[in-house]
Amino acid sequence: MSEFTEIWSYLSRGPLLWLTATLAAYALADAIFRASGRSPFANPVLISVVILGIVLHLSGTPYATYFEGAQFVHFLLGPAIVCLALPLYDNLGRLRRAILPVGAALLAGSLTAMLVTLGLARAFGIDGTLLASLAPKSATAPVAIGVAEHIGGSPTLAAVLAILTGITGAILATPLLNLLRLTDWRARGFALGVTSHGIGTARALQVNPTAGAFAGLGMVLNAVATALLAPLILPVFQ
Amino acid sequence: MIHAILAILLCQMAGEILSRLSGMPVPGPVIGLVLLATGLSAFPRLRDIVRPVAQSILGNLALLFVPAGVGVIGHLSALASHAGALVVIFLGSTAAAISVGALTFTAVARLSGSRDE
Repeated sequence: MSEFTEIWSYLSRGPLLWLTATLAAYALADAIFRASGRSPFANPVLISVVILGIVLHLSGTPYATYFEGAQFVHFLLGPAIVCLALPLYDNLGRLRRAILPVGAALLAGSLTAMLVTLGLARAFGIDGTLLASLAPKSATAPVAIGVAEHIGGSPTLAAVLAILTGITGAILATPLLNLLRLTDWRARGFALGVTSHGIGTARALQVNPTAGAFAGLGMVLNAVATALLAPLILPVFQ
Repeated sequence: MIHAILAILLCQMAGEILSRLSGMPVPGPVIGLVLLATGLSAFPRLRDIVRPVAQSILGNLALLFVPAGVGVIGHLSALASHAGALVVIFLGSTAAAISVGALTFTAVARLSGSRDE
């Protein structure tokens, strides 16, 4: 028993345990996602977060200790955003032919996300740091963090709210867009990327390669649009 | 593989430097994306080098959001005190933005005659 305690205290201090746990939780979540027939409701990010949240809670591990191991995975977010250049490049011709719908949908989607979020939040009496952290929630996490800091929000809270938005969009998109009878994969992917950034793009890539490429474009364009628009729109609601 | 990773990291690093120098609120990796896309159109060989690594990273994109997502446990009490409002905000704003975005795309594509392929 004391040997076990010793091994546990060794493992719980280093990055090995929580890096392994992150990959194991995701492998399990991905298996559940596949077993569900790739149902949007079995979102792998959501399942992984729930599994790891329960494990951390039961083992009494602080988030900072967990993140020391998980940072190796987290670091890859930056390079992954750079890598989206590839599907964008592969679809450059089709993107050029869709320049008008892309511009219009970007403006409409980005503004709707921010105005409805801030309008509803004010109606519920939310203000201060939480309101400012909600404003950039449709932008990809690294952008949401930067924008929130700039406009008086909390960076870690902004990251969490952005990820929750990404998960919400990835779950809602397929049933919602089927309900609206929209069949253009470009429109479906682009709107999802604008609204739900990388997690929406990951979902779009699972569904259809065209949707994936346009989702990547939507994410990138909305990162820029949110960075420019959020500081102008937030003061209207403060 | 090393050359692909090197190319990707160099684009990200150049993006971070440009982001800070310009003082623009656009994050480094997004500028890095534009730099890599420019590189891909200029150098055909770069596409073959970058493709396998970029595809395997993007194939597991969802995994990369897990560590930051677990950070939700540190904000549970703040989120719980507004739980009902936040559920309405998340569902309402996300459904509205996806619908408005996709409907706008489809309508403008029809008006401007932009068809796929």
